[in-house]
Amino acid sequence: MSGRVLVGVKRVIDYAVKIRVKPDHTGVVTDGVKHSMNPFCEIAVEEAVKLKEKKLIQEVVAVSCGPQQSQETIRTALAMGADRGIHVEVSGKDYDSLGPLQVSKILAALAKKEEAQLVILGKQAIDDDCNQTGQMTAALLDWPQGTFASEVSLEAGKVKVVREIDGGLETIKINTPAVLTADLRLNTPRYATLPNIMKAKKKKIANMKPADLGVDLTSRLEVLRVDEPPQRQAGMKVETVEDLVGKLKEAGKV
Amino acid sequence: MLLGRSPCLRLLSLRRCLLQCRSVSSENTAKAAVDKVLSAFRSICGEDGVSLGEAVREQHGKDESVHKCRPPDVVVFPRCVEEVSALAKVCHDHSIPIIPFGTGTGLEGGVGAVKGGVCFSLRNMDQILDLHPEDFDVTVEPGVTRKALNAYLRDTGLWFPVDPGADASLCGMAATSASGTNAVRYGTMRENVMNLEVVLSDGIVIHTAGKGRRPRKTSAGYNLTNLFVGSEGTLGIITKTTLRLYGIPEAMVSAVCSFPSVQAAVDSTVQILQAGVPIARIEFLDDVMIDACNRFSSLSYPVTPTLFLEFHGSERSLEEQVATAEEITQSNEGSDFQWARDTETRNCLWKARHDAWYAAQALRPGCKAYSTDVCVPLSRLPQIIVETKKDLIENRLTGPIAGHVGDGNFHCLMVVDPSDPDELHRVHLFTERLARRALAMDGTCTGEHGVGLGKRVLLREEVGPLAIQVMQGLKDSLDPKNLMNPGKILLQGEL
Repeated sequence: MSGRVLVGVKRVIDYAVKIRVKPDHTGVVTDGVKHSMNPFCEIAVEEAVKLKEKKLIQEVVAVSCGPQQSQETIRTALAMGADRGIHVEVSGKDYDSLGPLQVSKILAALAKKEEAQLVILGKQAIDDDCNQTGQMTAALLDWPQGTFASEVSLEAGKVKVVREIDGGLETIKINTPAVLTADLRLNTPRYATLPNIMKAKKKKIANMKPADLGVDLTSRLEVLRVDEPPQRQAGMKVETVEDLVGKLKEAGKV
Repeated sequence: MLLGRSPCLRLLSLRRCLLQCRSVSSENTAKAAVDKVLSAFRSICGEDGVSLGEAVREQHGKDESVHKCRPPDVVVFPRCVEEVSALAKVCHDHSIPIIPFGTGTGLEGGVGAVKGGVCFSLRNMDQILDLHPEDFDVTVEPGVTRKALNAYLRDTGLWFPVDPGADASLCGMAATSASGTNAVRYGTMRENVMNLEVVLSDGIVIHTAGKGRRPRKTSAGYNLTNLFVGSEGTLGIITKTTLRLYGIPEAMVSAVCSFPSVQAAVDSTVQILQAGVPIARIEFLDDVMIDACNRFSSLSYPVTPTLFLEFHGSERSLEEQVATAEEITQSNEGSDFQWARDTETRNCLWKARHDAWYAAQALRPGCKAYSTDVCVPLSRLPQIIVETKKDLIENRLTGPIAGHVGDGNFHCLMVVDPSDPDELHRVHLFTERLARRALAMDGTCTGEHGVGLGKRVLLREEVGPLAIQVMQGLKDSLDPKNLMNPGKILLQGEL
């Protein structure tokens, strides 16, 4: 066992930004818009770093798939305590059509190459809300998965995961190597402090291409159109209950 | 949607302004004048940028103080400084009062439109501009709140530490010279505003330190930046502020300690500061406050004067800071010194302090809470707190005390029954006695909340009539028509 954890971090539009659809409806405006690490990926990094601080694992490797700017996201993970990074370069049209299937193939290849004991990902990205990458990665590797984790503990070659599910909390025990996906309440990610940001500049980020890992990036999905949600219509005030019922009938609601 | 009363009634004071200005007596001509002004506003900031709705106006006529709502006649929502300038020019030409509005989280009634007029709600100007991490500065527009800025900065390792409690507009914080729990280490807005973009009452736009300039220090000319900091909208509308940023602390430790007396707690504070410990927060809670917190948050702190401390720094410096502080508290008969390093336990320890406001209100459900705010030299703090507690007991008032003891600043959280005029009156008299007590001890009638509506007389007592004359002279020079937030800070003859 290598004691190595692979953490996937995705560069997304910052959660505080007002999203605007491009005039040609092919996507959203990303130029000049603030980007940052996906919040669930932050939680994943924090969990990995906590495991290292507890000396349960030895090395945290942060991975990101995307254009040049994805390196900034990896640097943030390094500033939070990851040891080294891997930047899988995907740009242009390939990046536009990059989705969970391709990313999970990349992560699976890397997990094998790096002999990772755990792969920790955020449960979903806030731009596409797919919630698929973790599950697909586990399937490709034929590893157990602990998704929607709100608590993780390592116990002698197994991982105990408390999962947030519709009915409440489910506790499972799975063998390692395994894939985990982080839910909101798993932890509170630390801030990157200036001294750690300085130290992170010295940490290594390896570059590679998907082809180096034998991964085909062809997408099986085609985005047809992107639209904003319909504008909220103004409400109407009515004077009497009869008016209300009348209007509801007019609108076909009753 | 315009319902109910005719526009004429709603815009009574607006019409009055126009009538005075134009010496017009006919109702039709006055209405035409109002319509002309409104259409000028609409052509500047769009149809959606002008609101006459009652709910919107009421929202913009009050803050979080006990002062009653004084709604403006119109609320406008400019999107950029050019629109602010154009709107101000229209108001200036027609002699209509202007009230700038950030987040409405003030505590002294600063946004009440006592003479009607136009509220400039600046929330749509919400850009964070010009971040320079290497220079530790950033420029923000008035719609940016301090939590929004810190969330934006989180990846840079920097933060803006001034924390007045509420998630306030940073330009609003500049306008009221806000402060907060960590002023003892990081200073107040006065120390952390480097430059301002201000629209004056006639629409002219100035940059108090020069456009785009952000040197860490300067001796160039009159300090216009600090003239506008704390001017509470009475000298101009702040449309940009350049702020000094700090590195996010590597680590934090929180601690709590109980003391047998107020004197012991304050002595510890002074000694900790004298020992050179760069303490980040040092908060005092009196026994009444601690008791309220125990009940509200199901805690079990000893019911006695208590200090809550927070230390920022590297791991090694924290060890030293905490050891020094513990030694000092012990030498002042402090007991039950507890400290915590990780976020969850720190939050637990400080829970009492964080919930103080709600704990105070929970003492008497159904009542409203009002916070007093005075500041005195550190050495006078024990005396003023002891005298104030005596005053509270003698007058049967509920007023647990919480204070930023490192600055000599404390608040009585007065819990009062809003339907009891006698109690309201007694609270009012109490706060005046408290302010005068602080003034008698070389202090100030307002440490951080500002003068607003309620402390204009006290301000005059504090600085003296000659200094007030100078302030009035500056006001007359920058705002000769007295349009900028009338009725605040300085007493006006006719009010």
